[in-house]
Amino acid sequence: MQIEAALGRAGLWFLLLLLSVAVAATAKDAGFAAHAVIIGVIAFVMIWVTAGRFDPIAGGRTFFKMPDTPSVYDDEIVRWGVIATMFWGVIGLLAGVFIASQMAFPWLNVEPYLNFGRLRPLHTSAVIFAFGGNALLATSFYVVQRTCRTQLALPSLARFVFWGYQLFIVLAATGYVLGVTQSREYAEPEWYVDLWLTIVWVAYLVVFVATLLRRNEPHIYVANWFYLAFIVTIAMLHVVNNLAVPVSFLGSRSYSAFAGVQDALTQWWYGHNAVGFFLTAGFLAMMYYFVPKQAERPIYSYRLSIIHFWSLIFLYIWAGPHHLHYTALPDWAQTLGMVFSVMLWMPSWGGMINGLMTLNGAWDKVRTDPIIRMMVMALAFYGMSTFEGPMLSIKSVNSLSHYTDWTIGHVHSGALGWNGMITFACVYYLVPRLWNRERMYSLRMINWHFWLATVGIVFYAASMWVAGVTQGLMWREYGPDGYLVNSFADTVAALHPMFIMRMTGGLLYLSGALVMTYNIWMTLAGKVRNEAPMTETPYDAERDKPIVDSRPSAAPGTAPDAVPAE
Amino acid sequence: MTFYEELRHFADSIGLLAMLLIYLGLCLWPFRPGAKRRTNKAANSIFKDEADGQ
Repeated sequence: MQIEAALGRAGLWFLLLLLSVAVAATAKDAGFAAHAVIIGVIAFVMIWVTAGRFDPIAGGRTFFKMPDTPSVYDDEIVRWGVIATMFWGVIGLLAGVFIASQMAFPWLNVEPYLNFGRLRPLHTSAVIFAFGGNALLATSFYVVQRTCRTQLALPSLARFVFWGYQLFIVLAATGYVLGVTQSREYAEPEWYVDLWLTIVWVAYLVVFVATLLRRNEPHIYVANWFYLAFIVTIAMLHVVNNLAVPVSFLGSRSYSAFAGVQDALTQWWYGHNAVGFFLTAGFLAMMYYFVPKQAERPIYSYRLSIIHFWSLIFLYIWAGPHHLHYTALPDWAQTLGMVFSVMLWMPSWGGMINGLMTLNGAWDKVRTDPIIRMMVMALAFYGMSTFEGPMLSIKSVNSLSHYTDWTIGHVHSGALGWNGMITFACVYYLVPRLWNRERMYSLRMINWHFWLATVGIVFYAASMWVAGVTQGLMWREYGPDGYLVNSFADTVAALHPMFIMRMTGGLLYLSGALVMTYNIWMTLAGKVRNEAPMTETPYDAERDKPIVDSRPSAAPGTAPDAVPAE
Repeated sequence: MTFYEELRHFADSIGLLAMLLIYLGLCLWPFRPGAKRRTNKAANSIFKDEADGQ
């Protein structure tokens, strides 16, 4: 199908779908609304039928080949997903470096489209939902096929999920720059974009579960449990948090269904579980498949992974109130959030130990394999941020750290260290396999990427610790007259050097991602860099000899006055 | 009692106990006798496809 025709048809069906949703919501009686829902369902089915027939890369079939037999895995979307991950990753990191620079140099705020307030959600959504989301989409479709030993179910719907998700990203990102926001953290897109994402997400669930159902492997491998928990929980969180009443069906504004402290709690129930189920459960699924595969050893303890899974499921959902310490939220709810956050420390470290101990007996790979080294660093940062998180959730610590840059540092040690590093490692694992290459273009560039990223995180986290504690102490400092000693602007001035250090860290991390992009580009082009190997086998033939005794020996043919091997 | 209070009492008594028991049951399930062989098999299942990936 031609691109104009396909886009035109899908667009028409989408218009019809939006119209039917509008009619269903404004209908005066239930029967009429039900009919509108039926029309909407038909329009939805037609969107993915059209999307399934649409083939934008008919000429590039050899590059993104579609399987024509059931005996190969359907990796087309995985390839697209890997490319989208890198594309949005670079954009998200670039936005991050830019807003970090705006904090240090306020004249970089270009009003109105490129000011901090609009670019900050662009950065968070780009790195979490565009970079992380595409990585999860790609790896989940890769892993579920391999572990179930079956081809992806519903290939057309799977393609709709991918392209529909990209549409969501584009709508969200352009909305932020144009000032369309409902001001809910990590859920800024307005009601109609939320509706679209709901449709895409339900389709994602259907594809994933349908693939699980047609599996040839009797046991569902634990990575799929984490992926499924991620998909189901995000669906629930997204729908509840975005319950809102649009001002007009022809306008972007809407108002939340909740008010006051209930609204705040709903937002942080969503916000913290977005961390728990998007950035933790989903990426743990990647860890539980790709770390054993890269290390070529089974996971240290499969039983521990099951305990890890159920503990995260049962504990994470209660931790959200720790974002609302010392607010109008009832005290018991704050304490509840704190207690569950502290309890989360143990299963998180269980998971970290499980991942690290998978390398037991193969620790030399940390030295020889830069991908394993990235995975180990990712797990180390997972452990570090899941210790820092429970500590920050304790009320007395939170009274110092809340609203300061310490929180920003904590988030980034998790996001850059854990999510970023594990994603990079998985992409390095996937690219040669997906494009059928011998290896990555350059292993030494992976090593460079590792060090650029690690040093970048150290700059970022260390400067934000200092900045956070400085801010916290300056804000609470009283003089003998009972008045605050520092104005807010005083604290901003004090933090200037730390803001520049953070910007430096971000630049290092971004340059690591650019090295990776070049490396992937050259791998896709089919090139292999001629470079010295990461390690050589140390061997000295001169030394590799038995000591020959100077005394007469029983061994035949040995001269009694032989010169020692030294 | 209001509906809220009924829910609240359910949540801090039977509901809490049921959640705890379900959680403990799910965690202990892989430690039942004879499960070790199954979990070992599951842990190694990802290496069966070594030859037939693309």
